[in-house]
Amino acid sequence: MARMKFLCDADRCIECNACVTACKNEHEVPWGINRRRVVTINDGLPGERSVSMACMHCTDAPCAAVCPTNCFYTTDDAVVLHSKDTCIGCGYCFYACPFGAPQYPKVGNFGTRGKMDKCTYCAGGPEADMTQAEYVKYGSNRLAEGKLPLCAEMCSTKSLLAGDGDIIAEIYKERVVTRGYGSGAWGWRTAYGDTITV
Amino acid sequence: MTMRTFATRCAALIGLVTMLAFAAAPAVQAQQINPTEKSVTEDMLFQQMQGDGMVSGRVSIPDEQSGGLIKPGHKGWAGTHTGTVRFLTIAAVLGAVVVLGLFYLLRGRIRVDGGMSGIRILRFTAVERFAHWLMAGSFVVLALTGLNLVLGRLLVLPWLGEAAFATLTTWGKISHNYVAWAFMLGLVMSFVVWISHNIPDKVDAEWIKQGGGLLKKGVHPPAKKFNAGQKVIFWSVTLGGAALSFTGVMLLFPGVEILGLGATQADWQLYQLIHGIVAAVLSFIIIAHVYIGSVGMEGAFDAMGSGEVDLNWAKEHHSLWVDEVEERAKTAPAGKATLPAE
Repeated sequence: MARMKFLCDADRCIECNACVTACKNEHEVPWGINRRRVVTINDGLPGERSVSMACMHCTDAPCAAVCPTNCFYTTDDAVVLHSKDTCIGCGYCFYACPFGAPQYPKVGNFGTRGKMDKCTYCAGGPEADMTQAEYVKYGSNRLAEGKLPLCAEMCSTKSLLAGDGDIIAEIYKERVVTRGYGSGAWGWRTAYGDTITV
Repeated sequence: MTMRTFATRCAALIGLVTMLAFAAAPAVQAQQINPTEKSVTEDMLFQQMQGDGMVSGRVSIPDEQSGGLIKPGHKGWAGTHTGTVRFLTIAAVLGAVVVLGLFYLLRGRIRVDGGMSGIRILRFTAVERFAHWLMAGSFVVLALTGLNLVLGRLLVLPWLGEAAFATLTTWGKISHNYVAWAFMLGLVMSFVVWISHNIPDKVDAEWIKQGGGLLKKGVHPPAKKFNAGQKVIFWSVTLGGAALSFTGVMLLFPGVEILGLGATQADWQLYQLIHGIVAAVLSFIIIAHVYIGSVGMEGAFDAMGSGEVDLNWAKEHHSLWVDEVEERAKTAPAGKATLPAE
């Protein structure tokens, strides 16, 4: 089985936000929630870089560690998913996540946040694959169809890569060697404990 | 000149200008932009990370908080929550049970040495008992639902199953959020009615020196209405309860700055850790308090049960308080002597 990861090659990202839009459309993500977002660092300055960020599907995911109801699980592809049936909307995962991935439909007092929503790596949830029940809660299940996450698949500059960690790391290394520079595998050190060294 | 030749000339001119512009461009670009040198890198930003502990930038979506790109410190909070807080919680509850179990085995139930006299005197009025039980009842709900958040996943989930445990925990969360207000009311009430009796004084020093008479049979150091041990309980509950109430309220209203105090994600993490650790410590103290007020000591429960305690029990454990009560009974007008107001 593959160890699925995301990698955003910030030297290619043009901040078109198509990954954000595609994700929202593919999964019918509710208003106010962005499973993926593009953050621009040093905006307007020389050397500005944009990074597309979503759930990084961490190794030893901190969200899963702090969840009081143990609603998270990791698939064979190392994708971190959760069950909206067991989520109680306590907010712990939001505070444990280094990437701001978990979000809630509401920001209410008295813990009325609703069920947590986050990037599923286009892999749905605990319901049976590609069912209506799964789609309503988590969006489409492209992995079950043999496809990779849509955000990466439709990235026009191929900045955002999704797939087996070793393969996309190899692609990134090749690019860095060829063009002579690279701003790093954003989030990898935090998510997987190790970054890509070229 | 026909329109056609004019258009052709214009096109040629535009073409020429464009070509010249592009021909000049590489020289300018080479001077100004060097992506290798000037681009930000993750390594560099990690090294420059400020006090807020995050790598952040600008986002075009309305949620400005999502501009935080990477916050490595959040894993630290997760580690403390599942490490220190969980450990302290287990240690507090198990520790209390072990310590009290050993105490019971060694000391047994503390009896009234002089035996029950049959004469009862009022120790706590209805208002005092109401304040106590309002706080006690809500504390039990809060402690159990809170413990469920920290330990339920390890202890309750395996035998209750995922669905039932989720339902239980959802209701636990709702209870915790609303019952908290009853606790806060009880906390304020008990503080008001008992503060005057809980100022530490010389009598407490002697009481502590003699170990409260807890460890030896027949030893009863003098005490007023509250002995030093009870004063420790009072102040633990007051200060601990205040800390729990404050952090709890901050957690109930995420993002709302109450009294100008921080309500960012980092603040919330701190409030949550304080809440968890104080709750663990207070649970230990309260379990001990429940023990000594019920099975641990003969005659003690009556004080908060009916409000009236046996005179011999009172003489042994609160000798100075009995003197005060009797003094007041003498000076009080006849008829009221049987009902000394605390």
